[in-house]
Amino acid sequence: MTALAWTIPIALFLGGLGLAGFLWSLKSGQYDDLDGASWRALDDDPPEPRR
Amino acid sequence: MAETLSVTTLRDVPDDAAQNPRALTLVVEGMHCGNCMRKVERTLQAVPGVVAARVNLSNGRAHVTAAPAGADLDALVEALRGVGFKAYELVEGTTPAHATHDAEYLRRLGVAGFAASNIMLMSVAVWAGIASDMDASLKTLFHWLSAMVAIPAVAYAGQPFFRSAARALRARQLNMDVPISLGVLLATGMSLYQTTRGSDQVYFDAAVTLLFFLLIGRYLDIAMRSRASSAAQNLLGLRATSATVVLPDGTTQRLPTRDVVPGMRILVAAGERIPVDARINRGIAEVDESLITGESRPRRVAPGDLVYSGTISVTGTLETEAIAREENTLLADISRLMGAAEQARGRYVRLADRASRLYAPAVHLLGLGTFIGWMLLGYGWEPALTAAVAVLIITCPCALALAVPAVQVVASGRLFRNGIILKAADGLERMAEIDTIVLDKTGTLTLGEPRLIDSTAIDDRALERAASIAASSRHPYSRAIVAAAKARGIPVVAEGGVEEIAGAGLAHVDASGETRLGSAQFCEIADTSPESGSTIWLRTSDGRATAFHFTDPLRADAAEVVGRLRDAGFHMEILSGDGRAAVAEAAQAVGIANWQAGLKPADKIVRIDQLKAEGRKVLMVGDGLNDAPALAAGHASLSPASAADISQTAADAVFQGERLAPIIEALLVAHGARRRALENFGIAIGYNFIFVPLAVIGLATPLIAAIAMSASSIAVTANALRLSRQRLGNGLGRMS
Repeated sequence: MTALAWTIPIALFLGGLGLAGFLWSLKSGQYDDLDGASWRALDDDPPEPRR
Repeated sequence: MAETLSVTTLRDVPDDAAQNPRALTLVVEGMHCGNCMRKVERTLQAVPGVVAARVNLSNGRAHVTAAPAGADLDALVEALRGVGFKAYELVEGTTPAHATHDAEYLRRLGVAGFAASNIMLMSVAVWAGIASDMDASLKTLFHWLSAMVAIPAVAYAGQPFFRSAARALRARQLNMDVPISLGVLLATGMSLYQTTRGSDQVYFDAAVTLLFFLLIGRYLDIAMRSRASSAAQNLLGLRATSATVVLPDGTTQRLPTRDVVPGMRILVAAGERIPVDARINRGIAEVDESLITGESRPRRVAPGDLVYSGTISVTGTLETEAIAREENTLLADISRLMGAAEQARGRYVRLADRASRLYAPAVHLLGLGTFIGWMLLGYGWEPALTAAVAVLIITCPCALALAVPAVQVVASGRLFRNGIILKAADGLERMAEIDTIVLDKTGTLTLGEPRLIDSTAIDDRALERAASIAASSRHPYSRAIVAAAKARGIPVVAEGGVEEIAGAGLAHVDASGETRLGSAQFCEIADTSPESGSTIWLRTSDGRATAFHFTDPLRADAAEVVGRLRDAGFHMEILSGDGRAAVAEAAQAVGIANWQAGLKPADKIVRIDQLKAEGRKVLMVGDGLNDAPALAAGHASLSPASAADISQTAADAVFQGERLAPIIEALLVAHGARRRALENFGIAIGYNFIFVPLAVIGLATPLIAAIAMSASSIAVTANALRLSRQRLGNGLGRMS
């Protein structure tokens, strides 16, 4: 059962990493224009500088 | 977001602010795909002075950063017009609070999701441990870990519910959030207490999962409202926001419309919206007043005539003198009339709220009853409270809170695919209740723009000649001729050097002589037929004359749609501002017996109020500015996408295309959505019937609580999704 001493913190840490990633993507406006983003993915040109 | 400065207000800005790049937000109409998006961005970036331009396809806006000097609003709008996009500035200052809420709810949703999944991992281990041989100290460790994740998560993610519940309680009312907050807080507190005692009755997983599901429902609801209000906000920008004022020294300056005072001289170019009510000093023009009167044929105006704000000068430049401030214009009067009519609708109570009015007290009584029952049976306060908390968790209106938002989102997605944009969040619910449909004529039953009739009587050469001359004109008749020529496959090459004589017609001189296209008088033809008002003539240089007749045709499926609605039992009426003869003809053609003609905006409201007084629920379908107050007064309202901006703002939903069939689709989806929502209530309550007795007698273990809640939430979501693809075609007959 000593395995739990490190598996549980790791599980929580990885989950927290996912949460942090989600909060960052939300904050950097990646959900602002879902329709546009799906089209931009098809654009061959280098991305234009963000405002 | 940086403060948006319109170029028209730059003169008010202190110098240091003008040194910084300016941020402008444009609403761009007609962007549908990646190509449009790229075209708009490239066009904007090519305008001198633009630093960066980025399009948001979801809300149809373009954010432009421009250098302090250069790239004014007009240049941007003009550049976009050149590539075929209509654009106007977004009116700021009316940004609804929803926009920021959106992201806030997503953050809380993320936190709740993280906590729910991790706690569930540990709970599953504990439940498995109960069946096998997990030792008690390990179980307690898992409970403590759950508590450490759950308590901060509940404190953060639950705030919207706690705040709303507190507001309701302060107002001495009960809403859905009161049992939610009570359930979550009691479950968390009770679980913490049980954890300290090493007991099994720990509900952290249920409490946090509950919050997670509830936040999904709340987020869907808010996301839909914010989409609707951003659509409404885009429409606001359409109003003329600036005016070209002639200063005493003869120079001109663009001023915001709100700064225009009576007596100012205002220049209106061909194709521009007239900013305020004004009297014409110089110039002759034809003014498109369809926004106000619903009449699609432009009115010829001359010095001394009055023109109204919001109307468009189709041909000719006018020099006018303002006679009213912005807030005193006809447009503003209609807005006020509309605001008053809307008040009544604000009192509408949504389905979910009506359900919660019954549900919340029942839940509280049940919880209290359980507690008292256990106390009376002499078990002591602890098992009594545990059972009561279990009842609150099981009955927590999780599925109930998801039931309506999930259906609304699916329904609005389905409508959107069919070209119907839902603007009011509760519009569908109101639409499901209507039994009477009131239609406007011009622009609603009809297309609202003239079409060439009897075009077979016109030979190809005459049509081609007329179209090449008309190509450069904005007059509706000119456009109709060009459209007719294109429909016949005749290539239209715009003729250069066409002279447009406002209020008369077009003239073109070439080597063979002069060709005229315009009124009979202008073409020097004696036309005494009664239709002379809707006829124009082409007289070529060799003296040959051809007549072009125009009419505002009914929408292709108008009669069929009206017939189906009448067969389905709806009471139909036409209320029009147009003349008796025209309305009678249209009413006859579509088969509506009840009609009134020559109505003013206030008269339409009077009739709608009459219908309301008879106990009818009225669906108003209209497009003109004169319909806007009636749209606001109706129980529900629909507008075609060609409608006046203010009418689109007032309507619950806007439909696109040249057909009326979207009315039927909207009604079908509204009824389907109502049915799904009621079924969802049924499912949610059905679960309660099974699990509440278990909770009351103290058999609702944490495992049962978690299963009951998740299963009911998933069931209502799945039921809502059925609406997306389901065939609703034959439901109309049973509608009313």
